[in-house]
Amino acid sequence: MKRLIVLLALAALLAGCGSVAKMGAQLGQGAGVLTEQQTTSIMKTTDALEKTFEDITPEQEYYIGRAVAASILETYPPLDDAEANAYVNRLGQTLAMASDRPETFDGYHFLLLDTDEINAFAAPGGLILVSRGLLHCCRGEDELAAVLAHEIGHVQGKHGLRAIKKSRLTGALATLSVEAARNLGNEDVQELAEAFEGGIRDITQTLVNSGYARGLESEADAAAVTILQRVGYDRGALPAMLREMQSRYDPSGPGFARTHPSPADRIAGLEASVRDAAPADPPAKRQRRFVAAVGGL
Amino acid sequence: MRRLRRYGLVLAFALAAVAAIAATRPLSVQVREGMLRERPSFLGKVTVPVAYGDRLTVLDESAGWTRVRSEKGVEGWIHTSALTEKRVVLKAGDADAAAGASGEELALAGKGFNAEVEQVFRADNPEAQYAWVDRMAAMVVSADEAAAFLAAGDVAPKGGE
Repeated sequence: MKRLIVLLALAALLAGCGSVAKMGAQLGQGAGVLTEQQTTSIMKTTDALEKTFEDITPEQEYYIGRAVAASILETYPPLDDAEANAYVNRLGQTLAMASDRPETFDGYHFLLLDTDEINAFAAPGGLILVSRGLLHCCRGEDELAAVLAHEIGHVQGKHGLRAIKKSRLTGALATLSVEAARNLGNEDVQELAEAFEGGIRDITQTLVNSGYARGLESEADAAAVTILQRVGYDRGALPAMLREMQSRYDPSGPGFARTHPSPADRIAGLEASVRDAAPADPPAKRQRRFVAAVGGL
Repeated sequence: MRRLRRYGLVLAFALAAVAAIAATRPLSVQVREGMLRERPSFLGKVTVPVAYGDRLTVLDESAGWTRVRSEKGVEGWIHTSALTEKRVVLKAGDADAAAGASGEELALAGKGFNAEVEQVFRADNPEAQYAWVDRMAAMVVSADEAAAFLAAGDVAPKGGE
């Protein structure tokens, strides 16, 4: 029986079930088969595992995303064109529905930015910003779909949340675990607000200045290919858009040049069947609506 | 050697038991509004919405989708990204929270990075463009509008099952 309890605790830990592991560890100690030190160690391990970006609930991710988008919009002004933004939202929402993460706390929303700089930003939770400069790299709806699907890939992989320094999360989320049963006092709110502001700075800095690790960009490109395929857009539109971006690319320029691998490198990173796919001609009515909505911008 | 094998069997049994306990546990909706669909696909017709914190009984699973029954007895498929194993507690002072269940078992709605924390952030960052973020949030496209958009553009979905 004692052995069974220890095994149950270990099995729960292996199965990634933190709270059951803790219960098992406590039972094990009570039954005298685990020393206090061993129990503490099992409990600490589960705690350390649990304080990561993955412990941020979708509701908290929503507030983080709002602050990140509001901060980026200080630097990059929005493009105030209701028809163009409505078109981008119809396209973007359709793609998001087919992603591996269609449901975020408040859903996906898209906005064009009034700048010729080639750039796009995916704030956590699904607030996606795309510049007019990047729009100019898209010759049709399929290529714009590739751009939006790449950004949805970043939201799906929670890449923004990963940019938050771990120390901020450990502090803030630990406060919450302890304070679960009662309302937070002013001091706790202040501590959370400081962790929040720090986290927003970490993410905005990554999105605007330093960029994600190359591996996360490849992950977002792979997600984009999957989404395009599910929805029925041309997969070859992604390399086609990247080739157009390469022709406009200034390695020392602002925006994507600073935060992304070169378009040529991204093309080289695509799977061969996508990389070599000849772009298909879109149906006339699809091209007409693309030109009507965003062609003149 | 025989003893080792017996340990192996017991461990396998314990793992299976934990997996079984996890599988029968009801799941909670972790987004503001989730959608139940007729089939496990983004093309499946939306039947009814479910709300943040609703508890759903799991009936079946298929590649990223979960078939569930709501507390009102309605059945349908919902994308797994809308669900959490944690119990979502909507109010402070809820019986579970008061009973001392830990933060790992509960997701406390409105706790942590919340509207109150946003207010502090906005006060410290008056230049942040929240008015535009609110305008973005109001740009909503329904599942029916998305389907109509695909049809009007001659886009033929390959499905997401």
